[in-house]
Amino acid sequence: MTIYEKSFSCHRISEGVAEGEVIVSKDDIMFYLVNPETGEVIEKGHDLEGRSIAGKILVFPGGKGSSVVQADGLYQLTMKQNAPKAMIIQNPDTVLVSSAIIMEVPMVDQLDASFYAALKDGCRLRVDANSQIVEFI
Amino acid sequence: MKDKHFLSIPVYRLHVTWMQLPNQNIFLQNMSNITHLIPKGGRIVDLTKFEREMLEGKHGEGTAIAMKIQVAIGDSFHAKRMVPITRAHVALSNQEADLWFAEKLLKAGAHCKIPPTVNPGFNLNYFKSVGKVTDEFASLMQRTHDTYKALGAVLSYNCTPYIQTNVPFFGEVTAFSESSATPYVNSVWGARSNREAAQSALCAAITGVVPEYGLLLDENRYGDILVKVEADIKSDFEYQLLGYMGKKIGPGIPVFTGLPTPITPEAFMNLGAQLNTSGAYGMFHVLGVTPEAPTMEAAFGGKEPKRIVTITNEDLQDILSQISEPGDQKIDFAMFGCPHFTLRQVQIIAERIQGKKLAVEMWILTSSHTKEMAQRMGLLEVIREAGGEIVSDTCPDQPCWHYLSGKTGITDSPKCAYYPKRRGLNFIIRDLETCIDAALRGEID
Repeated sequence: MTIYEKSFSCHRISEGVAEGEVIVSKDDIMFYLVNPETGEVIEKGHDLEGRSIAGKILVFPGGKGSSVVQADGLYQLTMKQNAPKAMIIQNPDTVLVSSAIIMEVPMVDQLDASFYAALKDGCRLRVDANSQIVEFI
Repeated sequence: MKDKHFLSIPVYRLHVTWMQLPNQNIFLQNMSNITHLIPKGGRIVDLTKFEREMLEGKHGEGTAIAMKIQVAIGDSFHAKRMVPITRAHVALSNQEADLWFAEKLLKAGAHCKIPPTVNPGFNLNYFKSVGKVTDEFASLMQRTHDTYKALGAVLSYNCTPYIQTNVPFFGEVTAFSESSATPYVNSVWGARSNREAAQSALCAAITGVVPEYGLLLDENRYGDILVKVEADIKSDFEYQLLGYMGKKIGPGIPVFTGLPTPITPEAFMNLGAQLNTSGAYGMFHVLGVTPEAPTMEAAFGGKEPKRIVTITNEDLQDILSQISEPGDQKIDFAMFGCPHFTLRQVQIIAERIQGKKLAVEMWILTSSHTKEMAQRMGLLEVIREAGGEIVSDTCPDQPCWHYLSGKTGITDSPKCAYYPKRRGLNFIIRDLETCIDAALRGEID
């Protein structure tokens, strides 16, 4: 019984397994306007403005922005060890998907509405993109 | 305080030592392992013998890396097979990640089967001649140039290839990255491309194939958001603001109604560029104008729109006040050409400043073709006499503009204002005529 309450199936986009604290963004994310030195979102008016995504499980609707900046933003964050540990999205697009694959950041989508209902900022998740399972821990 | 943040970043960005990258072993660490990107439970993408050979490394390790990435992308979008492409455009950015990836492929022996046109970095000869780049920045651009040359790219250094150098036909399967380029080839030319990343487009150019999903398939090209434009569309500039409504429009394929015709190529260019600054859009339709939207039935594939959005004058004014620095101040420079200006836009500027003197620097960024035309037609002379300059092969989001850091410019493009924020450039956004007049006066109302 418990397993159904805390474990959800998902669809793998980019391989890998990660555990960590959740940060939820209502807005789409463009990694170029995230300070690589701190992981802090610096985009004016963004839902996560001033908050750090470094080492977090980042839950957000999808990516936005040009076809080069996602990869560069994620690359800079990774170089400074401030990239998110894993990403959970709703609207995959090729730019974000290929950036995650190339930079080897685990990413999944297709989580059930009940997952989003149970999700809270700051809770802990284990994202297993390989087995296509997301668990509350 | 935040401005200081922005200023500090470009400096750091060049301090990463390139030679360290392969040893850091944090990227592509398993790329030599053929099975790395193949999902457990089997691959979904069905490969031909030739494609499988590419994946397995029979055509070189560089091709194998490109193929592995494309297969992984295909799997994540449930593609059933790969299909050949006949054109590609790579949004080369002259940024670290871009160069790292391109050099990685080159070192592994990759070469483009389909020579792609490429985006601008900055014009190395010009900026060296005017002493505006450090050796460090110059070396970054030189390496980008050498790498893409060796990969077999067409060194067009232009972000609007769909206007002059790389124009697909209706239905042609392509791999186009770059904000304005993907929606233009899909929406205006009716060609087929997913919204490729610079890197995935480069992989496609190398392998000559793309996974078949998304906008390559008939059923995914229908619009699903009806966008009723009630705002007054008076010039190409309103398309910049309309494109910036991505947050209100939401994800999907918008079908615009209420736009006065004829619509200029520059209007479509602006719309696509800004849609992909405020959001992520591979395609749009304009009812009765773009080739796959002659009727509502055709545009929506006979279905009801999942969302109806109305755009008013107030929406456009609100977005402008959010993204532009406030007016009523002195300006330090004017910058145009994000995306690269067309010949017609260069003509508009030349006509308006002919015989006058600009109060501030004016930079007009174009393709080398457009600059050549402008020179032949005497437009370059007119612009230079007024104190302006046309620079080819250059993007506003490049280190050659660092000397403008902390200054306030004027531009007609929200995209031009958005990305260079990281480099400390501030922009007031206005329509082109207002921008030109402000550059003549040195201030904006």
